[in-house]
Amino acid sequence: MQQQQKVAALSYSFPEEVLEHVFSFIDSTKDRGSISLVCKSWYEIERWCRRRVFVGNCYAITPAMVIKRFPKVRSITLKGKPHFADFNLVPEGWGGYVCPWIKAMAVAFPCLEEIKLKRMVISDDCLDLIAKSFKNFKVLVLISCEGFTTDGLASIAANCRNLRELDLRESEVEDICGHWLSHFPDSYTSLVSLNISCLANEVNFPALERLVSRCPNMHTLRLNRAAPLDKLANLLRGAPQLVELGTGAYTSEMRPEVFTNLAAAFSGCKQMKGLSGFWDVLPSYLPAVYPVCSRLTSLNLSYATIQSPDLIKLVGQCQSLQRLWVLDYIEDAGLDMLAASCKDLRELRVFPSDPFGLEANVALTEQGLVSVSEGCPKLHSVLYFCRQMTNAALNTIARNRPNMTRFRLCIIEPRTPDYLTLQSLDSGFGAIVEHCKDLQRLSLSGLLTDRVFEHIGTYAKKLEMLSVAFAGDSDLGLHHVLSGCDNLRKLEIRDCPFGDKALLANAAKLETMRSLWMSSCSVSYGACKLLGQKLPRLNVEVIDERGPPNLRPDSNPVEKLYIYRTISGPRLDMPGYVWTMEDDSAYLE
Amino acid sequence: MESSEIFSQRSNNGLNLKATELRLGLPGSESPERDNDLLEEKNAYSLCMLNSLFSGAKRGFSDAIDMRKSSNQQGSVAKDQTNPLNEKKKSQISGSAAKEQVVGWPPIRSFRKNSMATQSQKNDNDDVEAKSGCLYVKVSMDGAPYLRKVDLKIFGTYKELSSALEKMFSCFTISQFGSHGVFGQGNVCESRLMDFLHGSEYVLTYEDKDGDWMLVGDVPWKMFIDSCKRLRIMKSFEAIGLAPRAMEKCKSRN
Repeated sequence: MQQQQKVAALSYSFPEEVLEHVFSFIDSTKDRGSISLVCKSWYEIERWCRRRVFVGNCYAITPAMVIKRFPKVRSITLKGKPHFADFNLVPEGWGGYVCPWIKAMAVAFPCLEEIKLKRMVISDDCLDLIAKSFKNFKVLVLISCEGFTTDGLASIAANCRNLRELDLRESEVEDICGHWLSHFPDSYTSLVSLNISCLANEVNFPALERLVSRCPNMHTLRLNRAAPLDKLANLLRGAPQLVELGTGAYTSEMRPEVFTNLAAAFSGCKQMKGLSGFWDVLPSYLPAVYPVCSRLTSLNLSYATIQSPDLIKLVGQCQSLQRLWVLDYIEDAGLDMLAASCKDLRELRVFPSDPFGLEANVALTEQGLVSVSEGCPKLHSVLYFCRQMTNAALNTIARNRPNMTRFRLCIIEPRTPDYLTLQSLDSGFGAIVEHCKDLQRLSLSGLLTDRVFEHIGTYAKKLEMLSVAFAGDSDLGLHHVLSGCDNLRKLEIRDCPFGDKALLANAAKLETMRSLWMSSCSVSYGACKLLGQKLPRLNVEVIDERGPPNLRPDSNPVEKLYIYRTISGPRLDMPGYVWTMEDDSAYLE
Repeated sequence: MESSEIFSQRSNNGLNLKATELRLGLPGSESPERDNDLLEEKNAYSLCMLNSLFSGAKRGFSDAIDMRKSSNQQGSVAKDQTNPLNEKKKSQISGSAAKEQVVGWPPIRSFRKNSMATQSQKNDNDDVEAKSGCLYVKVSMDGAPYLRKVDLKIFGTYKELSSALEKMFSCFTISQFGSHGVFGQGNVCESRLMDFLHGSEYVLTYEDKDGDWMLVGDVPWKMFIDSCKRLRIMKSFEAIGLAPRAMEKCKSRN
């Protein structure tokens, strides 16, 4: 009794306004969630002043539920399709439609300022609705989205007077007309960030130049490949305050004045910290960016098909580099140089230049990664495509970099063993999870048995996302992960011999995760039905293009399985090849 | 067995539907290896309507064809871990040194793959097969509720492409969809079959780099995949206007 009175006294000791003011300093979704759990009155106060909502899976909750709980939202982030959709594992038409959200929010959140979507489908009508419903709309970020055309963009440009950010990163846009940019009125000057790198065709360049030069707060500009290099200098002169620049194709006829103009323009960009783009690079034009190299913290050369010597020359000048994305043309020699010169490096991504070739086309091996792990003490995020690996190398990397938080290794040929010992890479990855105690994200590759999963289950206690392909021997592998990884939120598995047992034994775990994806595994239809029946707070979706799964025996494995927790029940917008396993005895006939 | 030459035989007057006849890849015909262990029991879906879809000929229910697991870009069920998980398309058909391609592996985003593909085409035409791993184009079918994507690079001939498309879109002929995704009952299934048997025929068309819609099969395969931007399975009466333009275009090319 006394304890309850004490708690009540504490809650009521501050007026609501004060609590609200205190809460306003807390932005992280996680913390906001914690606040709301303290007591009922805090829950109430918090929900009325929450401004940012993050919905990691658009099907986990309905728009109405979000609106009901948080009536004053200004910013919403929504994610749709499973991650493996990036690699064409999710057939077209799967879902992730943002329209119902936009329609509901158009009515409920007139003050909405930000919409950030990832892997969702958005139509031109939706874009139009956004443009006309939210008077103070400021930020539109569409990452890996699809379903819209440049007509939709024209509507945004024409109507959003306060737009600050338009980011279309890696989206699939039907490029009807480059003149959509001209729809920004002459009076419009508030653009801060523009990313049109995914557009296939040329935009109206004069309109772009005018736009850029009249927006004094322009900070980020990422052009598309079709943007001509010989016009870049002029553009830069109109916006010397740019901090992040994505060039278009970095090639032009060799004309000396193009080069000198470009070099001069770059010299004028005293704030520039990040560069990207660089399609079709003509190496002789690279020195034009040298004036900004020493200040660069972020460099994305992952489309630049230039060889190691040119890469070395360029990267060697970027001593402040924190993030480097590059093709494997950099080779071990280039990574040695990186390790020696860029002591502030935090993130490295090395992409394959010839992923489908049978043999290595470049001298990039595990050694390059080992060098960087030795030379760069702050390195904590790695994505590395290569063709060979050893347990010894992984061990060294793990010991060098216990601060690793994201480690994604892709050995191109599935099931490749340690090339020196011909053994599995279990112990190498085991070393990674054992030494890197803060590891949040891990992607495995190479020859792996159930043992690696045993290591992961034992050590990877902070792991939140795990990607597995062509690995493991039996259900025991999956069981280790599901039973051991306390913080696992997302698990995606393809082509592994995991079946029903581990899944059913750890069914409850699935409700603590955001989602589980399994494709080309051995989970039977019967097990899916059972999971769907027993766990009402999960949507168990079977994706099978062979036709209705109940025309085949229950023991038949499903093609793909996507399980996610939800409080909104089965979704209603599934295409014909997706079935939700429901708790419906009639359906099970 | 048909060869791709058949597709280039075309009469000068109107459509030649027989030339665009897309047949099912029946077991034993010139088609990629299938993993026969996948289905525990052979299901006799009545897929005769597929033939009427693409060839314009009406077939009886007796032409029941076994529904085989689609062996292309939608991935495969791993029953036997020691075998390659994807059928040997490229090495069998084209004889190139390119790797067998497993769907979605290595895990590289489409945007990046497509960027690299067009780059290598510009730089080095000899190795286009090996370097540019895939070429995804959208395929729509008139009346179908959603699109598909298909990787043209995994096929070597028109016949392979048409087999794959038939399988891909066969699910529209069996009533298993609806906005609720619940499997329709048996009799609904049947009535859908009836619709297609008595319904219109379809032809396969594509949009080329110039934005023109052409009938698939006019040009050599290599030229086709270089210029094809998207595919559409069109009702044949709508395709009537296409053939003359296609012919003119061919002539102007020569």
